[in-house]
Amino acid sequence: MRGNRWGSRAPVAMVLFLLPVLSVMGRAQELPYFVTYSQHMEEPGNLEVAAKNAIGKPQDSNRFVGASMELEYGAKAWWTTEFYLDGSAVSQDSTIFTGFRWENRFRPLAREHWINPVLYVEFENINGADKSLLEVVGHDGTKDLTDPHALARQEKLREIELKLILGSNFKGWNVSENVIFEKNLNDNPWEFGYAIGASRPLKLAASAKKCSFCAQRFAAGVEMYGGLGDRYSPGLHETSHYLGPAINWSSPIGLTVSFSPQFGLNDHSVPCLYRFGIAYEIGQVFGRMGFHRKGNGKED
Amino acid sequence: MKRRLSIITLVIFSAGILAAAAGADWMAQVPARDRQKTNPYHDQPQAIQAGRLLFDEHCAECHGKNAQGRNKRPSLRTERIQAEASDGDLHWFIINGNIRHGMPSWSRLPDQQVWQLVTYLKSLKASE
Repeated sequence: MRGNRWGSRAPVAMVLFLLPVLSVMGRAQELPYFVTYSQHMEEPGNLEVAAKNAIGKPQDSNRFVGASMELEYGAKAWWTTEFYLDGSAVSQDSTIFTGFRWENRFRPLAREHWINPVLYVEFENINGADKSLLEVVGHDGTKDLTDPHALARQEKLREIELKLILGSNFKGWNVSENVIFEKNLNDNPWEFGYAIGASRPLKLAASAKKCSFCAQRFAAGVEMYGGLGDRYSPGLHETSHYLGPAINWSSPIGLTVSFSPQFGLNDHSVPCLYRFGIAYEIGQVFGRMGFHRKGNGKED
Repeated sequence: MKRRLSIITLVIFSAGILAAAAGADWMAQVPARDRQKTNPYHDQPQAIQAGRLLFDEHCAECHGKNAQGRNKRPSLRTERIQAEASDGDLHWFIINGNIRHGMPSWSRLPDQQVWQLVTYLKSLKASE
């Protein structure tokens, strides 16, 4: 019974996961993080199509897949905008669409510094069945992942999320820290969270030969994130936290594949999350369609 | 609540305006210590070849396969880039970009790869 129910939803889930693979031509240069944002923006005019999935099994509950389909566009060199569609599939339950998110990132400083800030603002319109775990805030934990879809989807979450993203590059390493503030617009208190990550390409200098699987195309690192309570009960009490290694591979044609096993650090966390990501970047997407950006053809 | 949201919105838009205001002549903004940096790969054939591959992957989409400019994006075969700018100038420019004019920061590339790109760019002949 368990297997049959899961199997009937498999084609829908597969389409959701593999849709980015069907897109065309592009470039990608990604860090291996799944939750942590770095200071790097999308190149202006480029469109990245990506899917991120989180697979987990809370104790005494069914296995779930939280999936996100992401469209990221570099509107300006200092402004990146992203649109997400989220879905959730649960063994012995169902596969459903859980909502959308629209986020914008702004880079306030024109030059590179030792620490580079980026301001992030997001509007989410999702329901309580969402399991994409793109951030963990407040007292989020396993209890939010165990209700059946029919019940969980009745909870409407219209939220504003703000992040302060700080990022540094040093000797090939990227170190990024995010402070998260989230507010459900239905009079709930502000919730807080954090995410930190560090990563490095396996080789810093590029090869003089074309290669698909040389060390420069792999990046590895570590990521940690979790909740920090809310306005009325800040701190680590009844919060969930995850830590895990992350690795990705960027192909010469622009496809990036990422993987990270992440481990829950306390009883409020899912014991183990497996995260998979696949991204494809389409360079100068409107230029390909004949629309060219403004410019005088001269360097300034 | 409304007042707080207004303040947050104001901060975000101010940040955008600040970012847009930056720009102007990039070579005048390069700090002296960056201008004088030495390219560890200067004129090395292996680095030129690696830089060419990096250029194809990250830069050719905007600047064209032969770096002669494309779709109103500038040529990199100008006298200014080939003769006036030092290796250090170009390294600084690739790392920082010129955000107001659409050139993104390439600080995500490791320093070694940025120097390889500079080595390739300096190996090109000026065509104007």
